[in-house]
Amino acid sequence: MKTKTPSKLEKILAAGNLAVTSECGPPRGSDPEAITKKAGMIKDHVDAINITDNQTSVTRLCSLASCIHLKLMGLEPILQMVVRDRNRIALQSDILGAASFDIHNILCLSGDHQQFGDSSQGQNVFDIDSMQLIQTVRHMRDDGKFLGGDDINRPPRMFVGAAANPFADPFEIRTPRLAKKIAAGVEFIQTQCIYNLDKFELWMQQNRDRGLHEKAYIMAGVTPFKSAGMAKYMKNRVPGMDVPDDVVKRMAGVPKEKQAQEGIDICVETIQRLKECDGVSGFHVMAIEWEEKVPEIVERSGLYPRPEAVE
Amino acid sequence: MRLQYPSNVKIIKLPCTGKVDLIHLVKSFEKGADGVCVVGCLEGACQFTKGNIRARKRVEEAQRILDSIKLGGERVQMFNLSSSEAPLFVKVISEMTEKIKEMGPNPIKTALKKAA
Amino acid sequence: MIVAKRKPIEEIIEEVQAYDKILLVGCNECVTVCEAGGKKEVAVLASALRMHFMNQGKEVKIDEITLERQCDHEYLEELRNQIDQYDVVVSLACGVGVQFMAEKYMNMPVMPGVDTCFMGVTEERGVWSERCQGCGTCMLAKTGGICPVSRCAKRLFNGPCGGSTNGHCEIDKNVICAWQLIIDRMKNLDKLEDYEALVPIKDWSTERAGGPRKVVREDVMQ
Repeated sequence: MKTKTPSKLEKILAAGNLAVTSECGPPRGSDPEAITKKAGMIKDHVDAINITDNQTSVTRLCSLASCIHLKLMGLEPILQMVVRDRNRIALQSDILGAASFDIHNILCLSGDHQQFGDSSQGQNVFDIDSMQLIQTVRHMRDDGKFLGGDDINRPPRMFVGAAANPFADPFEIRTPRLAKKIAAGVEFIQTQCIYNLDKFELWMQQNRDRGLHEKAYIMAGVTPFKSAGMAKYMKNRVPGMDVPDDVVKRMAGVPKEKQAQEGIDICVETIQRLKECDGVSGFHVMAIEWEEKVPEIVERSGLYPRPEAVE
Repeated sequence: MRLQYPSNVKIIKLPCTGKVDLIHLVKSFEKGADGVCVVGCLEGACQFTKGNIRARKRVEEAQRILDSIKLGGERVQMFNLSSSEAPLFVKVISEMTEKIKEMGPNPIKTALKKAA
Repeated sequence: MIVAKRKPIEEIIEEVQAYDKILLVGCNECVTVCEAGGKKEVAVLASALRMHFMNQGKEVKIDEITLERQCDHEYLEELRNQIDQYDVVVSLACGVGVQFMAEKYMNMPVMPGVDTCFMGVTEERGVWSERCQGCGTCMLAKTGGICPVSRCAKRLFNGPCGGSTNGHCEIDKNVICAWQLIIDRMKNLDKLEDYEALVPIKDWSTERAGGPRKVVREDVMQ
């Protein structure tokens, strides 16, 4: 496939390689080392690094500044951007700000509702939604124009991504929803953490039936459990998460001191199985506050060494 | 069976406690009542299905109002008794009377007397 | 209707504590239907306030009246000849009524007696829920008659978000996911294929964002 942006991630995907991305959550403070250290642990094992945007609505150092820190390290950031906190002026402005640092990847999200975080009494914005943010970035990039219609001097050159949750309800619109995001202009997808592989494969089958896997790169999201408690928490408390009982049982079935290793094993097995799933173009490894384990997961999954990005 | 209940208790008969409105409860205190017992049928035994359940919620609301103006929400209470439980009725009324005595007179009554 | 809820009595006491002659004004419209500011609620509040002041040993005149509406001149005018007897008015109408009263009687302090919540329906007696935010450009035709502006916590036009679980919103299991409702409706109407039409970016200038709004009908003006 021909690439449309200078994105390294796009090049790797376009070359037909299974891409690997991971993510770093910025700190609740202004120490840049919190990001650079995390990024340093994973930089040789991933092609690009997502920086979350005030995830779970907890106020943190901003995604854009964190991406700039990665850029200064010579790494490839993926700017996550939620529509919860910014109106169309701020969104477009931050996109240009990112573009001015040659940040070439963006992930368009709605964002968790603010009631989950530290500012539940705050306003939310939701001027546009995540689909419309996809359209906005594509419009800015491809047409070189603002939403207001004026020309952009040096438009952003961003590879446009979005999230997809194959496990949210109602299931029957999960594939139509992906189709809709593709129609909006999305180029790569990172999915919600996958624990229910059967359901994921069913979703992929439906996507393939419509040829969607050829219209956008679908990267399968995985998150290793650190403990049986985390598995239970994810199952019961995180909206839109599907953790089958047998996975929880498997975690709970090993002694506490071995649960972390079991979590990593499950994660590696998931990747190995999904490498065979037609239409999966890569993996998004979200090791939440456990970045040091990313290299092991990537290596054991046979995804190391990472390929060079070629034009 | 003839049983004695405290003589200071005035009985107002209603077809069902479901007839009791919030304003009746609040007004009783404005007119100087020291306490109000709403005595309905046993829960589940209302001839009008939910009259006594509704009454209980209104009593709870009246309690909140009395608390918010610092008159003491406990001055109004709901009890569920069947018509054959006269001894229990006497017990409940007597206990309530004791409780109200402990709380002291409704300050509104005192204020009304002073004004008169 | 406009749905309001009763304010805590403590808060109203705070509002009127400094006054001696208080008029409580109910409204016969929406706030009567949602049982927040009709004749009955006025009576209960009046009784509670009287008791409060008596309990404090303070002599305060508290009168009650309930107007047909507080959002039209003609009904508010009914107070013209008696309002001077009071030194404060507590309006149990929605925020609209409170303000219109204040505009009309410039020298009279007017306090709100209810918290105005939203435009909604009576789901059942005692339960009211939101249906409309008055965004000024109705798009219900595109969403199966279910409004994502008022009923989706993120007001997504191309939802649902990834937090929709078993028909419930991620913010609360007691909140129904608007997009689940929209999709169910589209299915019932045999129009599920419409789901894939992208809803364009909304013009919010007709909503609060555009500043205070006004509707003018030249043809019915006098």
